[in-house]
Amino acid sequence: MCGIIGVIDKRRQCMDGSSIRNSLAMMDERGNGEGAGYVAYGIYPDFADSYALHVFFDNVHENKPVLDKELERWGSVIHDEEIPTYASRIKKVHTPWRYFFKPDPGLAPERNTSADDLIMHIVMSANSAPNGILIFSSGKNLGVFKASGWPEEVADLYRIQDYKGYLWLGHNRYPTNTAGWWGGAHPFNLLGWSVVHNGEITSYGTNQRYIESYGYKCTMFTDTEVVAYLIDLLVRKHGLSEKMAVRALAPPFWNEIDRMPAKEQELNRAIRLTYGSALMNGPFAICVANEHALVGFTDRIKLRPLVSGEHGDRLYISSEEAAIRRIEPHIRDVHMPKAGEPVIGRVIA
Amino acid sequence: MTIGSIPLRFKVEIDPELCMLCGRCVENCSYGVYRMEGDKIRVNSRNCVACHRCTAFCPRDAISIYEKPTDYRSHPVWTREIREAVFNQAKTGKIILAGMGNVLPYPMIFDRLLLDACQVTNPSIDPLREPMELRTYIGKKPIALSLKEYPNGDADLLTKLSPNLQIETPIMIGHMSYGAISLPAQQALAKAVSRIGTFMGTGEGGLHESLYPYQKNIIVQVASGRFGVDINYLERGAAIEIKIGQGAKPGIGGHLPGEKVCADVSCTRMIPEGSDAISPAPHHDIYSIEDLKQLVRSLKEATEWKKPVFVKIAAVHNAAAIAAGIARSSADAVVIDGFRGGTGAAPVVFRDHVGIPIEAAVASVDAKLRQQGIRNEVSIIASGGIRQSADVAKVICLGADAVYIGTSALVAMGCRVCGTCNRGQCAWGIATQKPELTKRLDPETNAVQVENLIHGWTLELAELMGAAGINSIESLRGNRDRLRGYMLDEGLLNVLDVKTMGA
Amino acid sequence: MKVTTVTIDAKDLHYTPLNQRIRKAIAEGATKIVINNVLGQRFIGDGLRGDGVEITVNGVPGGDLAMFMSGPTIIVHGNADHAPGNTMDKGRVIIHGSAGDAVAHSMRGGCIYVRDNIGYRGGIHMKQYMEKRPIVVVGGSARAFLGEYMAGGLLIVLGLGGATPISEQGVGSGIHGGEIFVRGKVDDLCLGVGAKQMPVTDEQRAMIKPIIEDFAKCYGIDPAPLIASEFTRIAAASARPFASKYTWE
Repeated sequence: MCGIIGVIDKRRQCMDGSSIRNSLAMMDERGNGEGAGYVAYGIYPDFADSYALHVFFDNVHENKPVLDKELERWGSVIHDEEIPTYASRIKKVHTPWRYFFKPDPGLAPERNTSADDLIMHIVMSANSAPNGILIFSSGKNLGVFKASGWPEEVADLYRIQDYKGYLWLGHNRYPTNTAGWWGGAHPFNLLGWSVVHNGEITSYGTNQRYIESYGYKCTMFTDTEVVAYLIDLLVRKHGLSEKMAVRALAPPFWNEIDRMPAKEQELNRAIRLTYGSALMNGPFAICVANEHALVGFTDRIKLRPLVSGEHGDRLYISSEEAAIRRIEPHIRDVHMPKAGEPVIGRVIA
Repeated sequence: MTIGSIPLRFKVEIDPELCMLCGRCVENCSYGVYRMEGDKIRVNSRNCVACHRCTAFCPRDAISIYEKPTDYRSHPVWTREIREAVFNQAKTGKIILAGMGNVLPYPMIFDRLLLDACQVTNPSIDPLREPMELRTYIGKKPIALSLKEYPNGDADLLTKLSPNLQIETPIMIGHMSYGAISLPAQQALAKAVSRIGTFMGTGEGGLHESLYPYQKNIIVQVASGRFGVDINYLERGAAIEIKIGQGAKPGIGGHLPGEKVCADVSCTRMIPEGSDAISPAPHHDIYSIEDLKQLVRSLKEATEWKKPVFVKIAAVHNAAAIAAGIARSSADAVVIDGFRGGTGAAPVVFRDHVGIPIEAAVASVDAKLRQQGIRNEVSIIASGGIRQSADVAKVICLGADAVYIGTSALVAMGCRVCGTCNRGQCAWGIATQKPELTKRLDPETNAVQVENLIHGWTLELAELMGAAGINSIESLRGNRDRLRGYMLDEGLLNVLDVKTMGA
Repeated sequence: MKVTTVTIDAKDLHYTPLNQRIRKAIAEGATKIVINNVLGQRFIGDGLRGDGVEITVNGVPGGDLAMFMSGPTIIVHGNADHAPGNTMDKGRVIIHGSAGDAVAHSMRGGCIYVRDNIGYRGGIHMKQYMEKRPIVVVGGSARAFLGEYMAGGLLIVLGLGGATPISEQGVGSGIHGGEIFVRGKVDDLCLGVGAKQMPVTDEQRAMIKPIIEDFAKCYGIDPAPLIASEFTRIAAASARPFASKYTWE
């Protein structure tokens, strides 16, 4: 089942995590206590220029030196520390750590590697080796906090109320195919992209093989991972807007395309032909975020619920209206977006 | 003659109680089994090939046909077929030819692959009431799109797309030449594909002018013999297919026995009547992969880059490497013909022993192209023993964009797969050029039958997709996770990139 | 008749204790129950009996409101979530707001009014038998797959306030019984498999008139312009829309 919530303050006014925690807890019926997580943007203003790498170590004493060495190869660690955790019903099976890291693309083996590409390479190779290291957040001035447990428990584990961000995503998990493990909780993140997802991707086998031919590696045993990578490929690497990327992932039906005016028809056909292997099938409601925008969309035949509403400078997107009202009781209009069409909230300036 | 007569292949019996002496069997059998003698019908079972033309027309079901009426002492190594092949070659000293596809009991990989269905954790999609998209585009796709997007949401498409064929179902009819099959048979196939919105291939026998009205749905073939290939032919095709190889006989060329080269075939192919048309093995202007690129480009230049160009290969051991080369040669699709592919005539030793199954070939080609980041350069068309909608679904999961069917389209027109196509005596009017036989095949009724077959499979494919929670065929393509192997060994599972059942 | 009103504060109350309180109130003779501060509680009124009982929900109920309900009336002042009236058997649900997807899923009797809009697959697989005939009236618009697989019952969509009642695909997809009335026109492209639309007869107009009047009364709207409008009726083209797809071995 899963429950999702996303909120963006378009003027970058920060809010702490307590209301997101309560909102997600409203949707406990949608989860089963096997995973929950949050991501917040704008939480590390003092290290805004560094990549904030959040890592799970299975055994910090054995695994950390390996990662320290790897990071030193590719850049400099400005600061690193254990992510503070507090007493909670959750048993700590990993040690969460954060590094504020500045990569040096000049050190990369291939010329013209961007800083983002170098970070991506570091993340993919660390995560695909059996080394007890999982880098689960790798963007600038943002951080993912997740574990196996109920949303309230995960919130209390990290004291999510201590973090202030202008954009939050939250997820309450009911895993379908794998037992809950910390790495399998949402949000999934790569660089600036974070994803929370309710549903199941029946096209996963196709999407995964497509994305892996571009150097991404799916290592989290969860279909949602592929969404973060598809968005990174389409938006960061291919330069599509978020709206067009969603069009590729949840395109109009052929019979709708056939009825469009010629220019629009050609464009939509080209999108489907080029990105057919990125098309996502199955029931889903997804929120994707980066530092500039929050995007929510569902599958084309609307098999999962999604509602959105605006109040003041904020856009809210969630699986349930009640979850939005929990944060903002005075919100007036809550709408259901059209199947497959994105709701987008962008930062103003 | 020390070998003597070999046992009957079939024994034909007419039940005298039921027979009404209408004589339809006599009239219909083209192999000389029946003879009316006074008030009895005399049967010569030795001539029977079990094509069932007689039983199909007997109004009383009075005819029974028994296979292998005389038993050999059974032997697992020295099978009947092996013993009789040795007799044949002892007598003739020649290459044994036969029609249709592989007859050896190699395990059928399709029958060891299981499809998935959705339940609880994700729902099926209702194929009856909700949209199900089987439309497929065959051709080269861009790797990325260049767009100019405007603030109001409009966008200009800057990337130019290569020409693609649009098909409403991923099932096309493969290349069966005029010569190998009769003109009415080709006409029936042409009518069927134009009504369904899919395509058929001309084979290497050229394009007869009676098919010109259907040319929008016809792919023209350029094979090593270059029969019937002129600029008019190339311009008429919706796409052009270079035939490098064929699954039934990898490494050798087409073979049309002289018995089937009638006046019309002679005219279309520009060869003498009655002569065998044995195409050379290689195209003598392609000796390596860069030569293939030249041929592809020469065809595109000649037709102003308006048509997709396909390259057809037989599935052999290094099919993946060959396909990767084809993908880089400017070609738009690679057709892979597996070792079970049919033929009008091929040496039995090739038909039964050379090549690899289409399941393994498609899986490895798809994987290799993806690995090299060039999967978008070509569509993959799979053929060779596609018998039913489940095979179509499975081969698409293994990586194919679409299939070509051959034998099944002929069976839809009445063919019983008796395997004697090379003799040109086909009682159904399909694999023959004899006018008294070809006139039996009505293009219109047979077109409806072929259309029905493809339509029935398409409906089944839609249901299979819906059950798997998929409503666009793009999401089935290459989706190995929706297959499981039923007692396939680990090596093959790795090649197929499919897990074993229960996993 | 003595009217006993019970008020329940649902703030931070889980649905199970909430439903227990509702049942207790009914068992003790209450005929009016008012629930305040509802925020996301699911299953309110599920399986409830009590023909004379009226429950007012103030706030936003969660999914499956009135599921299997057989008798009471529920009035909601707020938007309903997923599948209100799911497999409902008898009674009334009156929503002063919008509702989510799968409204009246498998409904067998009773009636549901939604003042504003509904989501996808409204009225999916509604059924009827003899005099048991469920009714759903939507004041605004409905999304794709309205009346999918409908076997019986009555669906009316009014398009009030300038809303286009139907603009998406799959209306009546697989319909083999029941009828859908839409105020205004429906593009043929919106019709689903086996559905056909036809003009409304005077008899049919007369049939829907009292229902529209009842709906209008619940929300204080004037029914006259609605009754005078053009309607189109969508119903099954055949009782076996898929017969042409199947054959025996």
